[in-house]
Amino acid sequence: MTVLDTPGEAAAATDPSPRGRGARPHGRLRRLWDTHWYAWTMITPVIIVMGVLIGYPFARGLYLSLTNATEATVGRTIGMNEIPPSYDFVGAQNYTAILTGEVGNFWPRLTWTVVWTVVCVAAHYGLGLGLASVLNRRLRGRALYRMLLVLPWAVPPFVTAFIWRYLFNNDYGVFNAILNGIGIPGVPWLNDPFTAKIAVIMVNVWLGVPFMMLALLGGLQSISREQYEAARVDGASPWQQFVHVTLPGLRSVSAPVVLLGTIWTFNQFPVIYLVTEGGPGDSTELLVTYAFRMAFEGIRDYGGSAAYGILILLLLTVMAFVYQRALRKGGEAW
Amino acid sequence: MRFVKVGAVSASLALAVTACSGDSGQGSGTADPEAISGEITFWDTSDATNEAPIFQELIEDFEEEYPEVTVNYENVPFSDAQNNFKTAAQSGAGAPDVMRTEVAWVPEFASLGYLAPLDDTIALEDSQDFLATPFSSAEFEGKTYAVPQVTDSLALLYNKELLAEAGFEEPPATMAEFKEAALAVSEETDADGFYLNAGDSYFLLPHFYSQGGDLLDAEAQAITVNNDAGVAALEQALDLVDTGAASEPALTDTYNNMQTAFKEGEVAMIFNGPWSMTDNLSGSAFADNPDNLGVAAVPSGPEGGGGPIGGHDYTVYAGSGNLDASYLFIQFMASTDSQAKVAAELGLLPTRSSAYERDEVANNDIVTAFQPVIESAHPRPWIPQGGLLFEPLNTQYSAAIAGEATPQEALDAVAEEYRTFLSDWD
Repeated sequence: MTVLDTPGEAAAATDPSPRGRGARPHGRLRRLWDTHWYAWTMITPVIIVMGVLIGYPFARGLYLSLTNATEATVGRTIGMNEIPPSYDFVGAQNYTAILTGEVGNFWPRLTWTVVWTVVCVAAHYGLGLGLASVLNRRLRGRALYRMLLVLPWAVPPFVTAFIWRYLFNNDYGVFNAILNGIGIPGVPWLNDPFTAKIAVIMVNVWLGVPFMMLALLGGLQSISREQYEAARVDGASPWQQFVHVTLPGLRSVSAPVVLLGTIWTFNQFPVIYLVTEGGPGDSTELLVTYAFRMAFEGIRDYGGSAAYGILILLLLTVMAFVYQRALRKGGEAW
Repeated sequence: MRFVKVGAVSASLALAVTACSGDSGQGSGTADPEAISGEITFWDTSDATNEAPIFQELIEDFEEEYPEVTVNYENVPFSDAQNNFKTAAQSGAGAPDVMRTEVAWVPEFASLGYLAPLDDTIALEDSQDFLATPFSSAEFEGKTYAVPQVTDSLALLYNKELLAEAGFEEPPATMAEFKEAALAVSEETDADGFYLNAGDSYFLLPHFYSQGGDLLDAEAQAITVNNDAGVAALEQALDLVDTGAASEPALTDTYNNMQTAFKEGEVAMIFNGPWSMTDNLSGSAFADNPDNLGVAAVPSGPEGGGGPIGGHDYTVYAGSGNLDASYLFIQFMASTDSQAKVAAELGLLPTRSSAYERDEVANNDIVTAFQPVIESAHPRPWIPQGGLLFEPLNTQYSAAIAGEATPQEALDAVAEEYRTFLSDWD
């Protein structure tokens, strides 16, 4: 039996009457407050800020996704013009319209988004690990290389996106100027759906590698040298050392950064929006850029785009859950 | 619902406050201009390097004449302005008091309740002086929501030397001659014949008109973008690229690439409006020899022709905190004096008939070159959805250029998009 903190709690614990039992949760709350009031006070501002910044917009988005609200039907008051809201609750209609392909082009966009995410994250991780392994050795000018390799990450993404867009420019871009200079006909980079996809993947790989490299470099440095020495004594080849020492040693770092990288890449807005604007046609449009298009083009479809956003959130939540489960099964908790 | 109530309460509070402050709102037609004071924000969507300095000079003149009024000038890129204004206007924060609004946006903004009606305010004094066509864009459902700033249309701009080198002394008058001339330039000279602005479907309209087509038939309430004439129009444009009459257009930064190619003498012909003239004349093909730049009506086709009527208006945000100063400001900016100055400096076409009588306007080469173009221009329907027609068409236009969709498929997809906001149309 634990020590009881308050007289009230003691009374509740000893009183066998139904009234006393009914008061129990209240008593427990009070005890929680009495012992942990300091903690509660400390996290209150965070809860309020999260509620305002995340909770309210999320609840509002969820509500809008169940209505047919558009720019023309939401209520608004602009100076002398007062327009009452005229939208209705439509249940899951927005969701069924999207999932049956009636609006929003959902399935083709999802396919491309998955391809984009897998290719980008694989390239981020592979290149990041390669560069981190190189930089983990003692070599001259290591600090300089590290700084240079982190640079793409330090430049704001929209600046990077605009620079790449000019590099890819069909008529006056640097890439085509170089190709023409060595006698190869220029590539219509952003004019053709396939090359446009390659182009945006290149931009995103350039943007995403430094983060992976930094995180994995940290992981590599935390693997103790003794393990490698022991492996060498056992006669392990460099490849065996990599597979059996380096990769398991990196697990605790790789797991969260791959998850983060997946979520970021899945929702990578600026690269697509600023480099190709989703084109040509809608071939490079991701789910997020498509949701933006629904929300901000034409008569703004708030209901439909909110449903689109909720679907993206659900997909990512399921993905994160499955991923975490798979890792737990592998014996790793993080 | 709770939030709606809060909004209504704050709105009625705001109304009470304005009621107390006296002569704001509709009754301001009688306000004494000298007594107006305060601060307003103006969003200018004109070209920031070439045109904006002249408009800023006008604002300085305004502030000199009415020292009690301060104008906060902001240059907003034209391509972002429609969206930015809608976001700001809807949220009730950050919208400008006065904006330079494309003619097709006026009915859209007005239908959404974002604009202040200008009837009986000082902004519309001597409104009978405005030319009928530009002024028609300012009206929506019996009220006037805008004051016309400039009027324009697309013309055929051509490099006289390049056309002459290919054997053409006169600009082509029909689409058939146009293709012939463009092919000749591509073959006979180092330059290409034409640059198709494939990034902006507004520039596709002359092809539609030449085939007797249009995006919509507003009178019959019908979506016509994907009828036979529309498909013929898109095929006509694609054919220019396929045959080599036009160079392969970039699908990103298309307008800038087109301008660079034309200014540097790499293409002989483009479609563009008077707003581009200052920019055109700064390029190496025309800087030393402005006479080399020719202006003609866009080539006509078997079923008609002309460029689309375009232009810009001044509008006042309904939620403006200083309506009187806003009315006064647009009255000044759209006055005959101001329009004459803009026309003389930039070659933009005035919307007041009295401005054309001024010597500096009548003698301006660009204005005189574009006047016949405007007179033969094709009207556009002023409906709330008019500003929404181009985004879906842009997407499908680029898909057709990239070979992802046939002209018929592309335009069918556009028609389907149109049906989402024109649901009761045929």
